[in-house]
Amino acid sequence: MNIHEYQAKELLSGFGVAVPPGGVAYSPEQAVYVATELGGWHWAIKAQIHAGGRGKAGGVKLCRTYGEVAAAAKALLGATLVTAQTGPDGKVVHRLYVEKAEPFVRQLYLGLVLDRKIERIRVIASAEGGMEIEEIAASRPDSILQQQVDPAVGLQAFQARELAFGLGLNLKQVSQAVATIMGCYRAFRDLDATMVEINPLVVTKDDRVLALDAKMSFDDNALFRRPRVTEMRDAAEEDPREAHAAEFGLNYVGLTGDIGCIINGAGLAMATMDMIKHAGGEPANFLDVGGGASPERVAAAFSLVLTDRNVKAILVNIFAGINRCDWVAQGVVQAAQSLRVPLVVRLAGTNVEEGRRIIEGCGLPIISADTLAEAARKAVAAARGERP
Amino acid sequence: MSILIDESTRVIVQGFTGDKASFHAREMIGYGTRVVGGVTPGKGGQSHLDRPVFNTVKEAVKATGAEASLAFVPPPFAADALMEAADAGLKLVCIITDGIPAQDMMRVKRYLRRYPKEKRTMIVGPNCAGIISAGKAMLGIMPSNIYLRGDVGVVSRSGTLGYEAGAQMKALGIGVTTSVGIGGDPINGSSFLDHLMLFEQDPETRAVVMIGEIGGPQEAEAARWVKEHMKKPVVGYVAGLTAPKGRRMGHAGAIISAEGDSAAEKAEIMRSYGLLVAPSAAELGATVARALAQAR
Repeated sequence: MNIHEYQAKELLSGFGVAVPPGGVAYSPEQAVYVATELGGWHWAIKAQIHAGGRGKAGGVKLCRTYGEVAAAAKALLGATLVTAQTGPDGKVVHRLYVEKAEPFVRQLYLGLVLDRKIERIRVIASAEGGMEIEEIAASRPDSILQQQVDPAVGLQAFQARELAFGLGLNLKQVSQAVATIMGCYRAFRDLDATMVEINPLVVTKDDRVLALDAKMSFDDNALFRRPRVTEMRDAAEEDPREAHAAEFGLNYVGLTGDIGCIINGAGLAMATMDMIKHAGGEPANFLDVGGGASPERVAAAFSLVLTDRNVKAILVNIFAGINRCDWVAQGVVQAAQSLRVPLVVRLAGTNVEEGRRIIEGCGLPIISADTLAEAARKAVAAARGERP
Repeated sequence: MSILIDESTRVIVQGFTGDKASFHAREMIGYGTRVVGGVTPGKGGQSHLDRPVFNTVKEAVKATGAEASLAFVPPPFAADALMEAADAGLKLVCIITDGIPAQDMMRVKRYLRRYPKEKRTMIVGPNCAGIISAGKAMLGIMPSNIYLRGDVGVVSRSGTLGYEAGAQMKALGIGVTTSVGIGGDPINGSSFLDHLMLFEQDPETRAVVMIGEIGGPQEAEAARWVKEHMKKPVVGYVAGLTAPKGRRMGHAGAIISAEGDSAAEKAEIMRSYGLLVAPSAAELGATVARALAQAR
């Protein structure tokens, strides 16, 4: 799960990370009010969307008068931002963050990630913060400083010091940078994050170290014990179909093709999509019904797939282990009563004979397939309007 | 021979008295697995499926001589159950549970390192289908009738793709020594590499199928080991050629992933290390047949 910049800053400041003062705004009036409350003469008006690369895409505006604040807020709210991380459709801006602009002399990078390879948290820092950190990592890997965290004892202060001195900071700055690094680590650990990124981490003229931007992502599997994080969910940032799917315990990703897929297991789902492509078709979605697919869940999967108007055929491919084919078949028959597109069903595994009997005995024009290849071939043909 | 389990392995079930655990324990017993008891804290002293229930894993080990467990424990308590099993000296724990927090698995993996390598527990999973040594024993939730006993090892991240491989092979008259599902989570108890090493040493296994997915460095690492150390032929497959690239928030993940994450990149890495790559998931069985023909 992702959260907004202002939410990440709120969480991180609770762990001792220094951030510039700021406030959230949903309208130009609110933005101006926040600016008057903050005081000073320079404000950054920042679009709040769940994607990086906002600066380059015009999502951050520096303002010097209240009039400029109002104009910037008006321009950004409701606008669609297309950044390097949003995909071609971009994201609509619904919230702004108004922040006191702090003049800085240096921009640094600080990131913490759950590294699958070493199975530990890795802390990454670079003296070259700002926007092109990936390019720096690729072209000059030695300019990237790293520390691995031993999960038994956590990040140690000396590791944070090594990073801070490595960034070329002076003594006064080092102690603040250490507090920032340790704070980010504690937030990562205590809130079950999968990523914390401060880019840039800036040094001001008067030797303060501030998180000018902040991104956090969280482990969905750990949300059961993180109510504070769960509260920060912004449904407007999520694909409505994916959110709807999650309510039924389904995992759905919309794609651009015309063959709707209902499959159990992420691996088999991806392999089936590959097979559809192999047979000359295009999948309309990825959908994993997961283990324990009850008839209700299968019915929910059908209604979800059919919300996509491009769907010309549906392929159900269930290899039952923890699922049972007869159960799945009941759900399929229920959902297929009022189906407007051809349906190809391939069942295998636990209770397969019973499952096939239910499908064949239901009197509906369901196209059966025995193997993965046959199922993909028949689905592609059905989507083209060919008779089986 | 087979790897990890056979008909003589003494097995307990953690979370024994739950509905799903009971259903699958019954299936395991029906397949011939030597299930000697189970653990449900607070239900010690009772009997379930004609087998004793214990409060702790240590008690169960002491009373039954159990060597392996199947863990059916809800996500919030899974890490605790794994560490308890490791501390009780079980050689093998297979954990089916889906939805365990990644940092919990990270702590479990670190905890295991308290024990010297020869005494360290092997964890299979989480979020997996389990282990089956065809015709001998089953520690998992797979449909057991799709496997024929034979001479090919299977190791897969995806449960259902592992079934697909087993069923396609059976249709061609090819059997399995052991099939292992290592699970789809970012941090696995054991990796492709751990099981490839066991298959290489198993005298009965003549070839191995390795079924990967997009994301993570495991497949590349295992493929390199195959090239450098493995004498038996290995068939590879990676699902997700058509998967959309994941949306992401920051850059930190991109900085640390040195090797290819996509299915196409992984398949290419496998090919470059000499694995026989199946062109599609429907040709897993046929590709294994080709590998076996080469091995003869």
